[in-house]
Amino acid sequence: MSGVEVLGLTAERCIELLDGRDVSCRELAEAYLDRIDRVDGDLHCFLRTRRESALAEADALDRDGRSGLQGVPVALKDILSTRGEETTAGSRILEGHRPLFDAGAVTRLREAGTVVIGKTNMDEFAMGSSTENSAYGVTHNPWDPARVPGGSSGGSSAAVAAGLAPIAYGTDTGGSIRQPAALCGVVGMKPTYGAVSRHGLIAFASSLDQIGPFALTVRDCALALAAVAGHDRCDSTSVPLPEPVRVPDAEDLRGVTIGVPEALLAQGVEPGVRESFDAALRLAEGMGATLREVELPHAGYGLPAYYIIAPAEASSNLARFDGVRYGLRVEEARDTVIDMYERTRAAGFGAEVKRRIMLGTYALSSGYYEAYYGTAQRVRTLIRRDFDNAFAGVDLIATPTSPTVAFEIGERANDPWAMYASDVLTVPVNLAGLPGISIPSGLAGGLPVGFQLIGPAFAENRILDAAHALERAIGFDPVPPRLGGSA
Amino acid sequence: MSQNGWQPVIGLEIHVQLNTETKMFCACENRYGAEPNTLTCPLCLGHPGVLPVINEGAVEKAIMIGLALNCEIAGRSQFHRKNYFYPDSPKAYQISQYDEPICGPGRLEVEGEPVRITRAHLEEDAAKLEHSGGQAGRIGGAEYSLVDFNRCGTPLVEIVTEPDLRSPEHAIAFLQLLRTTLRTIGVSDVNMHEGSLRCDANISVRRSGSGELGTKTELKNVNSFGHLEAGMAAEIARQIELLESGGRVEQETLNFDPGTAQLRSLRSKEEAHDYRYFPEPDLVPLEPSPELVDRLRDRLPELPAARMARFRDQYSLPQQYATDLNAETGVADYFERVADGSGDPKAAADWVLNNPGSVGAIPAEGLAGLIGLIANGTITSTIAKQVYARLEADPAADPAAIVEGEGLASIGDSSELEAMVVEVIDANPQFVEQFRGGKEGVINALVGQVMKRTQGRADARQVQELFRSKLS
Repeated sequence: MSGVEVLGLTAERCIELLDGRDVSCRELAEAYLDRIDRVDGDLHCFLRTRRESALAEADALDRDGRSGLQGVPVALKDILSTRGEETTAGSRILEGHRPLFDAGAVTRLREAGTVVIGKTNMDEFAMGSSTENSAYGVTHNPWDPARVPGGSSGGSSAAVAAGLAPIAYGTDTGGSIRQPAALCGVVGMKPTYGAVSRHGLIAFASSLDQIGPFALTVRDCALALAAVAGHDRCDSTSVPLPEPVRVPDAEDLRGVTIGVPEALLAQGVEPGVRESFDAALRLAEGMGATLREVELPHAGYGLPAYYIIAPAEASSNLARFDGVRYGLRVEEARDTVIDMYERTRAAGFGAEVKRRIMLGTYALSSGYYEAYYGTAQRVRTLIRRDFDNAFAGVDLIATPTSPTVAFEIGERANDPWAMYASDVLTVPVNLAGLPGISIPSGLAGGLPVGFQLIGPAFAENRILDAAHALERAIGFDPVPPRLGGSA
Repeated sequence: MSQNGWQPVIGLEIHVQLNTETKMFCACENRYGAEPNTLTCPLCLGHPGVLPVINEGAVEKAIMIGLALNCEIAGRSQFHRKNYFYPDSPKAYQISQYDEPICGPGRLEVEGEPVRITRAHLEEDAAKLEHSGGQAGRIGGAEYSLVDFNRCGTPLVEIVTEPDLRSPEHAIAFLQLLRTTLRTIGVSDVNMHEGSLRCDANISVRRSGSGELGTKTELKNVNSFGHLEAGMAAEIARQIELLESGGRVEQETLNFDPGTAQLRSLRSKEEAHDYRYFPEPDLVPLEPSPELVDRLRDRLPELPAARMARFRDQYSLPQQYATDLNAETGVADYFERVADGSGDPKAAADWVLNNPGSVGAIPAEGLAGLIGLIANGTITSTIAKQVYARLEADPAADPAAIVEGEGLASIGDSSELEAMVVEVIDANPQFVEQFRGGKEGVINALVGQVMKRTQGRADARQVQELFRSKLS
């Protein structure tokens, strides 16, 4: 066993240790892998680790010399394709599926020299807010194992919170990075739509999906984002960033105007969350920020619009899983090809995925398209316009990330609408294609609360600067007490 | 065309595979006839996580088609997903265009009449299925089905016409002109047997003079112009018979079996798919710059329709000649060189159209030289056929040298011919008697004998006149 204590270890600190040769790449990777072996049996953040490959990659870096992010262990949500290595998107239908290529972001991470230590658990096809919809079992919140870590990227957020990886990547379609970051007390960022290549990301809702990082600090988050951001010719919707992502060093919030959409927050934010949010706002004000109320008149319609658009795209994206070419196939003698499709899809998809496929198929059907999909797209345009108008007067917009803290496993599993409501404050950001970050603002009832900062398109650096300054002022200890934290 | 007071109304949907280097959305080679499933990648196999990237070459070719069909080129067009489950569609949707096609309304003039083009849009081809066992060509009841993904993702342009065609012949004439046009601009192999040109026909009939459209049926999967023409004729006849016996045409999709000349229903309106079109979120809209469109317009060669008009005017050819010369690419070019080289466009057109094998086989200079020798009386048309046969065997040969070397020049000297005519009259008193008795036709036998003696080097008309003057 290695002597490095990785609980609470930041990526920046990893780099320092590696740069100072206090630890080798192998020792660092081994320390994380050993910790996973010790504690992940209970948490189930990882679906798979890749000890041998990771250590071989670490050895090569130790042998050839390294710098920068080289040698920093990272974890990947199991929706990011890894060449020759199983990638399931949390679904039975892709059990054993080994992609023929690396996702664009994974290629960038390999080029950067990070060491992928494993693939993390998730809601099936990223559909969910609790990671309970995984076909491979639930992930437990490191702050309270009886509670969910959030979702859909709950494996990644819990892994970072539990000290199983300094950096993890997830995807955010309606809040799937920010909400689990909030529920696990870590930092999670969804970049502007187009900032990170979606190539090799198994699609849920193509017009909303974005890859982004989880980390213990905002600075780590910036490092992790910089490693994967930028145009990829394999993704026509990806774009070059107007400026590179910088590691933030702002010390205060002077000159920063933060908008608060009070009307939106009236929608069921629980008191403990509201208190933590207000406290963070007061801190921000104390650091020189100007607070101003903003209106996002249509953001309240974000959830219903999202639950038309995302399922509609999903119904099409998931139609390819038909048992013909890869993944699960279930058939019986004398089956027609349609019988085989039906059996395979009935056995391969979980209940939530089926629910959304049906919702989306219905919404796109002839005769209903205008009323549902057409209306939802118009709402989307209005929400985008709301944000444009709001950002004419403020630099950033703040909301709680999730209206509640982590809920209990099973609590909302049979109440889809309650589950969907977890995303009420994050979904409008995806619909508008904007960047957003969640940082921990404190605890409510002993559980972490997330504070969301939203910026205009490609204002990642502005968000990171403000989040970094605020994070320092908040002084949150991201290590769960039951794992050895101080809170 | 009108049949018993009924007027057929036909509109066409034509699928054209573009001859780009690579497929529509991936870097796989776009080629017909390779070993099955050798031209594939995760993208055209519909693997999870892949994203389409638009082939710019295909966009340019689609715009060129639009320009050649006088279409409006959209400043902004959008790809849509057409969703359906079938093993030929690995993503279970086809990336196509829906309400914002790349090419808007246009027209193509066929035999002097404009046929309106509704639109032309870009999409990707599906994989090819082969069903084994059961009813031929159908997945239902097949023992097994094989999928070849080589074709999957081939760039396609779908051209849709308004219901402006009035007979199967008219429709075929349109298709022939369209095919030549596409070949001339070099965007497709337009080969029906290989599937690079495919055509579906929407067919209805109405009372002549009626302005309303009848219920239409769609004739699909026909693999040659001949079968298509026969299929359209059969369907028109079926509809007329149905309506005349008090029946009603049901909207359905039909298949035509050229072997049995039978029409078979593939699916009825009730079974029609709901494709659940929606904008393709993986692609940004196409916004070709006006500069690009101008550049592509400049790149267009003279189009067959314009060339036909020019052949009528410049060479004073009848419309049918102009049409026929433009029916196949390469023919018109060849004809022009022969016409200009020989100075006799009408003769050049006759030779080229009567000897389609000459195109590309015999140098235009050779054929032009041959026609020149006829025009200036050096050889007779009978000898010309011999010389042509020699050219076929040895395309590089000079017709004048052949004539010279083999003494094939016409016997222009009428005294020599006159002597021969007298000899033949003397040797065939029975024919002379018959001729004088009113059986004018025997003169051909006499002329034939002279032609035989001269081995064709005499002008038959001149010989006939000599006989007439001698025998009258």
